[in-house]
Amino acid sequence: MAVHFRRRSKLKISVPTSSMPDIIFQLLIFFMVTTVLRQFDGLQVQLPDARQLEKMGSKRHIANIWIDKEDRIVLDERLIKNVTELRHLLYQRRVNDPKLIVSMKVDKEATMGIINKVQTELRKANALRVSYNSLPEPE
Amino acid sequence: MPFREKTREAVEIPSSSLADIAFLLLVFFLVCTTIDIDKGLQLVLPGEDIMPVRNQNISNILINSAGLILVDGDKTAAGDLAKKASEKLLENPELIFSVKTSSETTYQIYVTVLDQLRHAGATRISIANPEEV
Repeated sequence: MAVHFRRRSKLKISVPTSSMPDIIFQLLIFFMVTTVLRQFDGLQVQLPDARQLEKMGSKRHIANIWIDKEDRIVLDERLIKNVTELRHLLYQRRVNDPKLIVSMKVDKEATMGIINKVQTELRKANALRVSYNSLPEPE
Repeated sequence: MPFREKTREAVEIPSSSLADIAFLLLVFFLVCTTIDIDKGLQLVLPGEDIMPVRNQNISNILINSAGLILVDGDKTAAGDLAKKASEKLLENPELIFSVKTSSETTYQIYVTVLDQLRHAGATRISIANPEEV
C-alpha cells in the first residue's frame, strides 16, 4: 500500500520581528519602573554639614550606625538597646571583614555623650575606621 | 472654483530608526544617572593601647557644651580653627590634635572642628574621652 505523504505547501512563515525593539523597550521600562532598590533608611537623622568630604568606597565594607536626637542607636537594621551590645556585633563584623568602615549617620543635634560611648565601643571592638557622614556645606 | 484634489499618498513616520532613538535615550539616561554615594569625614580612631606622647607634641582642643572652642587654652572661633591649626602644624609637624568634648556638646560642632582640622591638613587627630561627671 503506497502511502502518499502530502507535500506541505511551502509557505514562508515568520514571526514579525519589526516590533521587537518596541517590545524590549517596553519590558525595560516596565522593569525600571517597578524595581525598588531595597534601602533601609534607618532612623530619621539630619546629617551635619562639612567641607572636607570624602566619598565612601563600595558598600560592601560598610557598617552603618544611626544615632538620632533621642539617643537611639541602630546598627544595620537592628535597634541597639544597650551600647555594650555594639562591641560584640562589631567585633564579629570586623573579624569577618578586616576592611570594615563604620559609617556614622548621626543627627547634628545629637550630643557627644552618646557618641563618645559608641566610639569607646568601636575602639574596644577594634573597628577603628569611621566615617562621619555629612552633607556638603552650602557656600 | 475647482478644488484640486490632493494626491493620496500613504504618509508614514519612518520607524526604522525608532530602535536607535530608544537606544540613544537609554544610553543618555544611563550616563546621566548618578547613584548618590554617601560622603563623610573619614577618621581612624585611636586604638585601645595607650601610647605615651610627649606633651609638647599634643595640642588640646576642648569643646564645651555651649560650643565654645579652646585651643591650648585660647578661645577660638570655629571659623578660625583651620588657620590656627595650620600655624601650629607649621611650627611642629609632629603635632597631634586631641579633641575633647563635653557630653553635652552637639555633634555638628564636633564635625565642624574635625572638618577644620582636616582642612588644615592635620592627619593625626585623637579623640579623647571626656571625664565622667
